[in-house]
Formats: sequence, C-alpha cells, structure tokens
Amino acid sequence: MRAVHDLVGEMPRTPTIQEHAAIGDGRSVALVARDGALDWLCWPVFDSPAIFAGLLDPERGGAWRIGPIGPARVTRRYRDDTNVLETRFETPSGVAVLTDLMCVEDATPRPHSSHELLRRVACERGHVEIELVFAPRPAFGRHPPRLQPTGHLGLRCEVGAMLHALHGERPVEVVDQRAVARFVLAAGDAAAFSLTYDDDIAAIPLLGAHACERIEATCRAWRRWLSPLTYDGPDRDVVVRGLLATKLLSFAPSGAVIAAATTSLPERVGADLNWDYRFCWLRDASFTARAFFDLGFHDDAVAFCGWLLHTTRLTRPELRILYDVYGRPPASEEELPELAGYRGSRPVRIRNGASTQLQLDCYGEVLDAATWLHANAGLDREIEKLLADFGGFVLANWRRPDHGIWEERGAPRHRTHSRVLSWVALDRLLQLRARGLARRIDLDAVARSRAEIRDDIVAHAWNPAIASYTDVYGSSTLDASVLLLPWYGFEDARSTRMAATYRAIAQRLCAGPGLYWRNEDGLRVGEGAFGICSAWVVDYLVRAERHAEARAVFDAFVRCANDVGLFGEEVDPATREALGNFPQAYTHVGLLSAALALARRPAQVARAGGAR
Amino acid sequence: MNVGAWLVWGLGATIVLTTLLAGSQGLGLTRMNLPYVLGAMVTTDRDRAKVLGIAMHVVNGWVFSAVYVAAFHVWGGPAWWKGALVGAVHAAFVLVVVMPALPGMHPRMASETRGPTVVRGLEPPGFLAMHYGARTPVSVVLAHVVFGIILGTFYRA
Repeated sequence: MRAVHDLVGEMPRTPTIQEHAAIGDGRSVALVARDGALDWLCWPVFDSPAIFAGLLDPERGGAWRIGPIGPARVTRRYRDDTNVLETRFETPSGVAVLTDLMCVEDATPRPHSSHELLRRVACERGHVEIELVFAPRPAFGRHPPRLQPTGHLGLRCEVGAMLHALHGERPVEVVDQRAVARFVLAAGDAAAFSLTYDDDIAAIPLLGAHACERIEATCRAWRRWLSPLTYDGPDRDVVVRGLLATKLLSFAPSGAVIAAATTSLPERVGADLNWDYRFCWLRDASFTARAFFDLGFHDDAVAFCGWLLHTTRLTRPELRILYDVYGRPPASEEELPELAGYRGSRPVRIRNGASTQLQLDCYGEVLDAATWLHANAGLDREIEKLLADFGGFVLANWRRPDHGIWEERGAPRHRTHSRVLSWVALDRLLQLRARGLARRIDLDAVARSRAEIRDDIVAHAWNPAIASYTDVYGSSTLDASVLLLPWYGFEDARSTRMAATYRAIAQRLCAGPGLYWRNEDGLRVGEGAFGICSAWVVDYLVRAERHAEARAVFDAFVRCANDVGLFGEEVDPATREALGNFPQAYTHVGLLSAALALARRPAQVARAGGAR
Repeated sequence: MNVGAWLVWGLGATIVLTTLLAGSQGLGLTRMNLPYVLGAMVTTDRDRAKVLGIAMHVVNGWVFSAVYVAAFHVWGGPAWWKGALVGAVHAAFVLVVVMPALPGMHPRMASETRGPTVVRGLEPPGFLAMHYGARTPVSVVLAHVVFGIILGTFYRA
C-alpha cells in the first residue's frame, strides 16, 4: 500500500471523505480520520442513529479525537490482513502510534460488552503530548448528551436504556459536555481507551495488558477469517483489502452486506445527491455471491445468499430493491435539517426513499445469485418455489418501464440494463430447470419470453446512429451498465456491437485514466466517476481479450484508493479523491471481480460469463 | 396449602414476570436482565448465560411464589390486592437491599468501589438498580406487583 504523508494539526479543518479509514465488528463501522478523529459511528448496528457524525457536521455531529497537540507527519496502515488500523504521528518531539479497532474476539474468561471500540496510543520515540476530546452526540445530535463521570464504572452517556461508557487509562475532565484530557507519553508509555455500548447489563473492560491481548485476539480473528483466500495473483493487496472492507460491511449474524457505512456523503460536494446507503441492495447480489465463491469464501457466500433468499420471501413474488440487515424494508426517508451536511452538502437524509421504486433488474440479480448458490451449495425445495414465483413476476412484468439501476426519481422508462436483467432472470430459471430444478415453471412460456426479451433488446436498445447500445430505448445517450451484457452472458464481448459500444463509452464517458462516468446524466450534473464502472470496463476488456488495456484501466483505478486502500462510491476526476458514501461495498466487490478476471486466462473468463 | 395450585400459578406468574421484565428491556425502559445476571454466575458466555439464567429465574420465581402463598395463608386467604402489596414489598426489597448487595454475592460482578478485575467485569446495579437505567425501578415494581396479583387472584387454598 502506498504511503501518504501529510501534516495535521497546523490549522483546524474538516477531514475529507478520502482521509478516513474504517474499523468495525461485523455489526457496525466507525470511520477514523488521519488526524485521529473518529467522526462516524452508528451503534448498535449499521443503520442505527449515529453517536458520532462529525463527518456530516463538525459542530453538531460529535467526534472523538486522540492525537498529538501540534503539527505531525501522519502515515497509516492496517496491520497485515486485518481491519486493525495504525496511525503513526511523527512530531518534532517524538513518535506516537494510535491503534484503532473494534474488538471481535476476546479469549479472557470474563463478561464482555455487546460492542467495544478500543483505541490505544503508544509512544515509540521521544515524548509526545497527546490530546483527547470525547464529544458524543447521540442520535445525530438530536439527543442532548449527558456525560456522567462514575469513577471506575467509566464516563457514562445514557440514551434511554442504551449505555455508552468510556473507560481510559488517563483521567478526563468533563467540560461543556465534552470529556477532555491532555497527557504526555514518553518512549515506551501507552494509554488505552475503551468505548463500550450495551443495552443489556454492561461489562466493564480491562485495559493495560488486557487491551493489548484484545488487540492481538482481534488481529488473529481477522486473519483466521481471511485464511480461506484462494487468490494468489498479482493484485493480492487489492483483493485482501477489498475482502476485508466487504466483510466490515457484512452483518455477521445474517451475512447481509450493506452498500456503505455512511449516509449522505455527497456524490457532488455542495449538492443534494446525498443518500443513505446503510442498507442492503439486492442489486449487488450477483457480484457479491460470485466474488465470495470464487475467492474461496464459501461460508460467507452461502450466508449471503441464504440471507438474500430468506429476506425476499417476505415480499414474494415482488422484490423490494433494498432491505435492512434484518430483512425489513426501511421506514420512510427523513431529512435532518439541523445538520450542515458534508461540506455544506444538504440535506442529510436517513433511510432511503428509493426502496419503493420498481427496479426490474433485481429479479435477474437474485436469480443469478441463486444459480451460483445451487452450483456451489445446493438449493432446497422451498427456494425452488420462491425462484419460480420470481420468474412468474418477470414473465408478467418485463415489458414495464422502471427506475433502473441508478434509481432515477423521475418517470419510469424502458431501460436496457433492466431488460437485460429480465432476460437473465428467465435464462437462469431455464438453467436451473435443465439441472432438474424449478419444476413448477411453464417451460415453454419462460423460453418464449426469454426469446422475446432478447429480440426486444436487439431491436430497441441499439442505436445505429451512434453505433452503441443506449441506456434507454430510443435514446442516443450512453450508460456504462450496458458493458455488463457479456458478464451476464447476453452477448459475446467480441461482438461487433459490443466493440462499438465500448468504443463509444470510452470516448464519451471516460473521465480520465481508469475513470468512467456512469452515464451522460452523471456527466451533465457534475457527479464523480463511478468506481463500479471502472470494474465493469476491466471485466469487459478481459472478456474481449484486450488484456493489456484491462490491466491499464485496473491499475489506474487502483491508484485512486486512499492511503489505506479504501474506495467510496465515486472518484472526483479532478482531484482523484473519494466522493459518495464510504467505504462502498459495490466498488470493492467490483474490484474483486476485476482482479479475478485479470488473473484468469481470457477463455476462462468467457466461460465464466452467465451462470454456472 | 394447595400444592397443585401453587405449582401451576407460581409457574404462570413467574413466566409473566419474566416476560414483563424482558419486555421492559426490549422497549428500552431498562438494561436490567435478571436471567443474564443469574446465568453469568455460572458462565461468561453472554448468550449461554441468558439461556441458563431463564431456567434459574423460573426456579427462583417458583420458590418465591411459595413465600407469597405462605403470606396468603397467614393473612386470611388470597386476594388480588394482597398479592399486589406483597409484590410491592418484594420489589422494594430486591431494589433496595438485594441489588446493592449483589456485587458481594455474584462471582463476576464488579464492585462499586474496587476493580474491575479479570473475572469481575459485570456492571453492578447500584441503589434501586439505577445503573441499569433510571426507569429500572418502575419496571421491577410493575412486574412484581403483577406477579403478586396473579397469585392473589388465581391461587385458591
């Protein structure tokens, strides 16, 4: 991972999205900026109200900073093959290292809290004066914080029956609803601080050597999780970080994968393209399932597909486009007008209004993932019925216009990507039938409709005037999602039409080396380049046997990662910094898929198109 | 003493009491989880402690219901209001006497004044169990009064 050096502490400023690293415990994620400020945390689960949301409003959102007083040169890294973050501050007087993690394992025979966020700062050389400022602002700042020092029971912040308790190895003073401390560490000194969450009877954490044991135990747990990795190609760093980031965004009890850890980080700074991504999109299903299976993470893939199929039973035969980690549709979208938004990007929204849109591509995604599940782990009879019901819905509705992959909030339209995914849904049903499953489907009707959809796409999605597949029937606008046609097995990547389509997209949607706008709407409104589109381009080029070009795009895009290898949803083509919610599972899963494609021979990739 | 009635209504009242306390926790009124406190006496695994604690709590409730039944016999027979009164006294005793003394009895509970230690890491309840949330006494009193009302209403000597 490349090292990035900068100075912090010279003047107050708001850290950018790019400057954050993520830690988590499979239920929640915290973001830590380069200056040691932890300014994003939702407890107890990903979509809970934030206790620290300084990323969205430095004044009202709350943060917890541990870092040196005065300027420091900063470098960061994750400990090898873990989600344990180390931030190294080099000051004129000495060097201190801050270790941040959420504990995922503790072997000691004593009670543990439901959640523990552990921060340990140690001085390696010289002496360093450290400042701690702990300013929780529960419920996005809507709940007034009441900090109660209770001696060895910790500094408590109660919200209803929920308890946040800060324990530390240095005394803190409560001033104006903040806990502050200043202390000097000499070489060899260390101080650990633990923030716990409990809605049950709390456990009081031990610090000192016990904190070090929990750090090591957590490192071991992450490395153990990573041990099934089968990838041994040239992009191991990208693959490892992508897997660990995706795992951070996975809900451990169920296997559900949320899109990103945050809400309302803007797709365009200062604008209103700010959405809540702390939910699970069915759209990501196919890429996620394939990536987990192909990299050797069989249990995670099965858990994810199991969650997917269990969740979708509740709304069968119709699918919502997104669910929370428990499989419930989110409540109505709400704006938080009291928050200033990231660099003035308002409104801040919680929950997601797109959940009620008709997006026909979801059916193809779920059926594709289920087909992979069958090939790798089998399906039970109840799931077969469920899949047949989804197929029935597609048979009855594939001609309808919808809101599509980008969830546009205008009138529904006939979209190429959605129509292709309707084809995928029926194609996968027929594949399952050929394997002796999906016996309830009307074979003739499904085969006939699959052929009709193909004819429909071939006739209406191709625009001879611009020599490209278009985003919407009858239009002349481009969309990078049509590069997925070979991925789903709809069309050979080496076909004349796909070659021409790629040429048009490369000319009109390329935002710079390795970067692509999602479509011409995105270009018009000034969004960033979508990371997932770069992954689609790499996959397309490998399938088209243009390996060198694929490698160039991949390498250029990977250089847009932040200093610890994380990506947001988008990249600003001008600054190459992250935009949108962060870190973004879809971008990382796309990169996993692209790295796998690059590691295979082209003929193998072509065979991997469609389902297994 | 009608042993059959005591066994049936003692169990029924205990199940209602346990459900009310768990419901209070689920609704965010309190963090107190008596089955967990009991189960944590024998295991450090939080999930296992809750399961074991439910069984221990049911047995405890059964035993305590015998005290209610004895009180009814001494007091001229059962009545719902007598049950409520005994329940209120029981709750007050638990909150004022038992809870603050719990760290001295529980092998994994931290002391108010010392620790925590490697073994003793559970948060102590404090006076009126207020460390588990300011509304904890309300849910405890309510649950025990209902416990007593059930016994006073349905137990027949």
